[in-house]
Amino acid sequence: MASDTAAEITNSAYRPARPRVRVGPWAISWLEVSPLAIILVVLFAAPTVLFFVISFFDYDRVGIYPAFLWDNYRELLTTPATWRIYVSSLRFAVIVWAITLFVGFNIAHFLVFHIRSSTTRMVLFMLCAVPFWTSAIIRTIAWIPFLGRNGAFNTMLIDLHIVHQPLEFLLFSDFAVVITYVHLYTLLMIGPIANSLSKIDKSLLEAARDAGASRWQIMRNIIIPLGRTGITLGSILVFTQVMGDYFVVKRMSGGQSASIVSALSTEIQAMQYPPASASAVVLVLFVAFLVAGMMRIVDVRKELVS
Amino acid sequence: MDPRFDVELVGVSKRYGGAVAVDNISLRIPKASYCCLLGPSGCGKTSTLRMIAGHESISDGDVLINGANVTGLPPIKRGTAMMFQSYALFPHLSCIENVAFSLKMRGMAKAERLKKAREFLALVHMETFADRLPAQLSGGQQQRVALARALVSQPKVLLLDEPLSALDPFLRIRVREELKRLQRDLGISFIHVTHSQDEAMALADMMVVMQDGRIRQSGSPREVFGNPATSFVARFIGGHNVLQGAAGPVAVRADRCRLDAAGSGLPAQIAAVEYQGSIVRVALTTDAGEDASVLMPDSVYDADPVQAGARTHLVWAAEDERQLAA
Repeated sequence: MASDTAAEITNSAYRPARPRVRVGPWAISWLEVSPLAIILVVLFAAPTVLFFVISFFDYDRVGIYPAFLWDNYRELLTTPATWRIYVSSLRFAVIVWAITLFVGFNIAHFLVFHIRSSTTRMVLFMLCAVPFWTSAIIRTIAWIPFLGRNGAFNTMLIDLHIVHQPLEFLLFSDFAVVITYVHLYTLLMIGPIANSLSKIDKSLLEAARDAGASRWQIMRNIIIPLGRTGITLGSILVFTQVMGDYFVVKRMSGGQSASIVSALSTEIQAMQYPPASASAVVLVLFVAFLVAGMMRIVDVRKELVS
Repeated sequence: MDPRFDVELVGVSKRYGGAVAVDNISLRIPKASYCCLLGPSGCGKTSTLRMIAGHESISDGDVLINGANVTGLPPIKRGTAMMFQSYALFPHLSCIENVAFSLKMRGMAKAERLKKAREFLALVHMETFADRLPAQLSGGQQQRVALARALVSQPKVLLLDEPLSALDPFLRIRVREELKRLQRDLGISFIHVTHSQDEAMALADMMVVMQDGRIRQSGSPREVFGNPATSFVARFIGGHNVLQGAAGPVAVRADRCRLDAAGSGLPAQIAAVEYQGSIVRVALTTDAGEDASVLMPDSVYDADPVQAGARTHLVWAAEDERQLAA
């Protein structure tokens, strides 16, 4: 009350001539979108255009030269190594996607439908999220002393007389790569899926049970269809992360596998910017097509709005 | 098997931790009857319904449906179907798919289940909306679809949790007529939870008034209204004056009371006069501080109008007085 009166007094007693700037509604809209637009243009669109342009340039050991050549693309797409890397990355992406989807969906389902107290749910969700406050690199490297030849896991197995020789495949192998990816990216599934599952009205599950649906039928007919936005978003996140990975494959495969980005970074280290750009363009297009395909299955935008 | 009752509750209780929601209630609902569970919120009526449906575990006692003990059975094995308060239609399925859902769960072939679902949509006059999604329907239409969905499994007992509370008053009256017609046509029992005594009076063959997890009175609306058992029941169903008599509280129907300025009834002061169309309600405060009211046809009121603030007496015939238990 007191502050209201104060404001009124100020308003009536002190009314400076306001500068009359007429701003049309379209200008207001532009002003509203401009901060995000500027960030996107400067930090995303401009670099993308830049490497797209450079991907057609000519180069040699000492520099790059403006040109319009398809050579970089031709070389990239005709090298068997490129295809091998794409196949291997896609394989990792599919395996990791399947595992994170299974694990993430189950954790999200547990958090949303089986935990009744919201405090417990919050605590458990934090338990999932807290490790992600550390850098991904540290969480990757942390697996090495655990999985190594003389690591914690092998030592335990030997001490328990389960095996006599340390298991070799644990570290510096595809197994190590997959386990690290799963550890790094499962939260990316849990978050969106838990979000869309939590929007499901609990009475729907009761209605389904009333109609005689078994647990599995409820899962298949109600929960999965209604959680598909989260499933799609999580899948997109995991897929793009694995396809764009640089560090994990390099570190955990022991040099036996390469990722698309690590091959690209080798070219950058060799100052071969045009072929690196070409390979970046191809990767972006490839991932864009994958994501577009997933978005076709589920209209994520429509479901996010509603 | 005792074929006389569709539903029997035998000493049923529901406890949540230490709190008792339903306290040892027993109830028999005769075949093909419209039963209304009536009471204020928190009286245990919804818990009772959910225990009959099998959506709530029973802490103590037994539920029998058609003479068979169904305690502990899942909903589908009980021969009940429930219509939920918010309708709980599956938002990703069209109306016809919603109705066909339980048939699909049972493994019925697609053509057959859609045909049957269409029949039930027709029963509630929604066949033209078969391919719409629930979000594209009005509240009343959603309710019909929910009703068709519940009926498609051909239950012996249909359970309705506050089915009319989300509708506007005009629609409510129309839908309640339809519910009653459906119940009569189908010849099954409906158990309808409500907090509105109008609804219960209009619909019920059997009215069950609940308070604090217990049944305070059950019987036909006429029995309950004509002979309320306790002061709670008399107050809750309305239309009664609950007054302190010589031997404890008594109830007198407000429409059986009269005003008599010169007479020898209960002295009172007129608090308000409400014109309600065909009747006039005169609110009184007795000298003992009790609230009372008199309902009279407008013609009776017009013959001898009164003003708020005036002194009068509340008069009733001795045979209209009902002794109440506490």
